[in-house]
Amino acid sequence: MLNPALARRDPAAASRLMLTLLAVALLWPGLKLSELDLGVLFDGSNADTMGTFLSAFWPPEHSAEFLGLLWQATLETLAIATVGMTLALAVAIPCALLATRALSLSALSRDGRPAWWAQVFRWPVRGLLILLRSIPEIVWALLFVRAVGLGPTAGVLAIAITYAGMLGKVYAEIFESVDPLPARALLGAGASRLQAFFYGVLPQATGEMLSYTVYRWECAIRASVVMGFVGAGGLGQQMDLSMRMFAGGEVASMLLTFLLLVLLADLLSRLLRWRFA
Amino acid sequence: MGHTHAGGQSALREIDLQVAQGERVAIIGPSGAGKTTLLRLLATALKPDLGELEVLGRRPWTLAAGARQRLRADIGLIHQAPPLPPRQRVVTAVLAGQLGHWSLPKSLLSLIYPLDIQGAADALGRLDLAEKLYMRCDQLSGGQLQRVGITRVLYQSPQLILADEPVSAMDPVLASHTLGVLTREAERRNATLLASLHAVELALEHFPRIVGVRDGRILFDKPAPEVGPDELAALYANEQLEHVPTLPATPTPQLNIPRC
Repeated sequence: MLNPALARRDPAAASRLMLTLLAVALLWPGLKLSELDLGVLFDGSNADTMGTFLSAFWPPEHSAEFLGLLWQATLETLAIATVGMTLALAVAIPCALLATRALSLSALSRDGRPAWWAQVFRWPVRGLLILLRSIPEIVWALLFVRAVGLGPTAGVLAIAITYAGMLGKVYAEIFESVDPLPARALLGAGASRLQAFFYGVLPQATGEMLSYTVYRWECAIRASVVMGFVGAGGLGQQMDLSMRMFAGGEVASMLLTFLLLVLLADLLSRLLRWRFA
Repeated sequence: MGHTHAGGQSALREIDLQVAQGERVAIIGPSGAGKTTLLRLLATALKPDLGELEVLGRRPWTLAAGARQRLRADIGLIHQAPPLPPRQRVVTAVLAGQLGHWSLPKSLLSLIYPLDIQGAADALGRLDLAEKLYMRCDQLSGGQLQRVGITRVLYQSPQLILADEPVSAMDPVLASHTLGVLTREAERRNATLLASLHAVELALEHFPRIVGVRDGRILFDKPAPEVGPDELAALYANEQLEHVPTLPATPTPQLNIPRC
């Protein structure tokens, strides 16, 4: 039986009201600082400008010559993303194995907490991963365009460096999030760390690793398009050219291609997860 | 095994235990007595706070890490809930027992194609699991998983077998049969076997030497035929449970509270 005096008021109401007020108070300066004013969008001449820009998108360009060019640019984008990811994996997997606590021998007899000196050895690797991913890929791309010239190489290197940092960090955390007992049992039966990884950790981590890797590959495709705008090749460079020439139809065709690529990545991810998880 | 001597853990106090090579010892006692801690200490999965521990003639905590790993390859610990990855196949889980003796390239090759299918099938056959060879671990029942865990340690063929409640998820007939297989294998290989057991009658039936553990101390340590009902009563006597007042049975209404 509830006390009628208590039942009249929701005890959580006050804190909810406070949270709402706090959220508004925090968002308001943000709106001011970002100078967001949606009214500008519908202001007479602005709307017309956007309208003409968008109306040029129809019909999408589909001449045989352009489609050949588009096909080349798409292949280049896919190649940049894939080669970049492969290089990133080559760096990320060893780094993740070094950085993860899941394969610690000293943690074996300490209830999963590694000794402090073992943690000290992991910090440089974690620091390297932080350094790699803290600089945005577009900055790397600008740097490499100056170093190796215009073209896909700059994009590949930029993706490889940034994504090695992201993949390494997330892999290390995936290894730590799976059930640690199988790996610990193997280490306790004399297996080496790598053996314990392949027999104890990997069977549990495969699904999540594949899903994250394919998602990152999709991000790499997007990133390689953005980096194309600074001259790193692929669809982005082509899109930059078409936009400068106000060829809306070509931009529309490229956006459609882009949609297909993301759809493809999504299907691939679903297929792999269905097979391995 | 020379002698084992560990103490000072909050779970274990002044344990002084010596087990000779080839002996078969059952450890019995109430829940929370320290049976698992004792086995984990012997398996070098825990480092004793105090005292000395000697396993297979060597002191594991004075060895370098590499030498300790080689020593661990000769110690097999059977877990109550076998820690097997759910998606791993039984054949791989059993072959993993030999990882301490395999090189890394060999163990990687075995992941692509199982290298010793016959060996794994033979080991599984001893526990009547040969037909489960290619099934995944998450398709097995608790009792079958325990038998896979035992098979892995038999396949590892260690000199010291430690078993923590190895048959707790099996029915009495199967439990007795499985323990029989385990003790016969240990005897055949002249391996030392220490097993903690909840079921006293199984311990008395299969093990020549019984160690009773209570409150982190060894209460008795004698040959199985000499263990009398008085000692068992003292081992399992539970003062706290007897004094728990029986609560009046108030029918609490089953509320269905959604989590929010």
